[in-house]
Amino acid sequence: MADELKPRATREAYGEALLELGKRHGNVVALDADLSGSTMSKVFAAEFPERFFNVGVAEANMMNMAAGFAISGKIAYASTFAVFATGRAFDQVRQSIAQPNLPVRIVASHGGLTVGEDGCTHQSVEDIGLMRLLPNMKVIVPADFNQTYAAVLESYDTPGPMYIRTGRPLTPFLYQEPPASLGKGADVLREGSDISIFACGIMVVKALEAAEQLKKRDISAEVVNVSILKPIDVDTVTASLEKTGYAVTAEEHSIIGGLGDAVAEVAAEYCPVRMGRVGIKDVFGKSGKPDQLLEEFNLTAAHMVELAGKVLASGK
Amino acid sequence: MVAEAGSGHPGGSLSSTDIVTALFFHTLNHRPDEPKWPDRDRFILSKGHCAPILYAALARSGYFPVEDLINLRRIDCHLQGHPDMHKTVGVEISSGSLGQGLSVSVGMALAMRLDKLPGHIFTLMGDGESQEGEIWEAAMAAAHYKTDNLTGIVDANGLQIDGFTSDVMNVEPLAAKYEAFGWSTRQIDGHDMEQIIEALDWSKSVDGPAAIIAKTVKGKGVSFMENQAGWHGKAPASEQKELALAELKEQAEALISGQGEA
Repeated sequence: MADELKPRATREAYGEALLELGKRHGNVVALDADLSGSTMSKVFAAEFPERFFNVGVAEANMMNMAAGFAISGKIAYASTFAVFATGRAFDQVRQSIAQPNLPVRIVASHGGLTVGEDGCTHQSVEDIGLMRLLPNMKVIVPADFNQTYAAVLESYDTPGPMYIRTGRPLTPFLYQEPPASLGKGADVLREGSDISIFACGIMVVKALEAAEQLKKRDISAEVVNVSILKPIDVDTVTASLEKTGYAVTAEEHSIIGGLGDAVAEVAAEYCPVRMGRVGIKDVFGKSGKPDQLLEEFNLTAAHMVELAGKVLASGK
Repeated sequence: MVAEAGSGHPGGSLSSTDIVTALFFHTLNHRPDEPKWPDRDRFILSKGHCAPILYAALARSGYFPVEDLINLRRIDCHLQGHPDMHKTVGVEISSGSLGQGLSVSVGMALAMRLDKLPGHIFTLMGDGESQEGEIWEAAMAAAHYKTDNLTGIVDANGLQIDGFTSDVMNVEPLAAKYEAFGWSTRQIDGHDMEQIIEALDWSKSVDGPAAIIAKTVKGKGVSFMENQAGWHGKAPASEQKELALAELKEQAEALISGQGEA
């Protein structure tokens, strides 16, 4: 882990990468729905006002306008909070972006519980599931600033639509520099032989902590950062499952529809193993400080350790 | 076409026919042999259920063989129940879920402005469709961004699936609404060809977006379909089809002979 770098929010990486894309490519446009200061698209807006379109509080219109830009040869970046991007505008994303397979990048910030005090209306715990359901849609949940920066840069050349989830909180660095590519989207960050921990987003750092704690119990945990949830890297996930025979998943999202489901689908088809899922247990969030919420909803390294113990004890 | 398919939406297709005819065979600057010509005008069918009239216009313009029309909605035919931009040549956007076409059009209009393209966008909506809130989000955005290259046309046939729009959910006064949103607005008789053509030409000349509220008759030209909400999404049976086609043929011949005498 690149401890020496001060934690930064993944949404900040979006702003910086989008600015870089704007400099490199004249056909990049950005849209926002009155949240440009939060999603960080304001960084692009300040430099390229003629290619930035604030639609006001009108997410449905934003997604369809983005489709209109994409049909016309632009690479369109549309951002707002995850809850609005995927829920409020689902039908627009479905009909006018996913079905026509258009190069719209929905870069949604404030995913998960760590929105914090705003509470459950603004905490998106189902966005990944909604986007994973749509044919053609790629779903990306980067784990730190540098991986987010890389994901946004790489998105420019990637065909079809894409959903990238960023977060509000300051997040420790995992990658010293932005990787050249996300590759197939499943990085084995720590090798292990007893159990695989698949994590995404802010949970990756906690998964590494959990692996460290498990080591003290003589349990060797493999940690895989799954940044591309769809299409998921079946080969890497299967190889890890075959090696360890047990799995825990960890995500700041409902255990329904997100990473837990994605890994379970791979396991069920290619390498059935006992699994435990750390995530939000089919409930809505609530107000509180981000760290308090993660604790209350069991999105912690300690819970991963506990669940790993249970899974291992359950036998093959 | 709809009768052969056994399902589809004849009512709104017929109310739009004169408008779509004026667009494809008079107003639109397009090249059927070069569908992606960058300088073309674009026609956006926001009320996607009226695909039959779009398909007929595209076929008669030469985008694909007229013979394809009889296979509407069949599993091996490119003509989907609602327009699909990747399956049917000449379809600019996929549509069907209502209320989205005007927003897409605003994005296209702004992209064309960035690229300094000369084309104009004509977007056809329904009056029932105008109950969708997103239409008004788009209306606000078009005026805000002063899209000179966008014309919105409302096929105001006064009917929707459950009955008269005035009974189900009154959308009028549409012209006043568009004016209030900052659009230049005209109301016309949507079956008077001179008025249609004149309004389309006018709409290209105004500053900012232009709205044409076209008063129409749902099921226009077929006596038993006119002003009947029941013909929104129902295919005519065989005898009804023959009667409808005979009536339309008679009107077409009268128009042609009328022209000859003038």
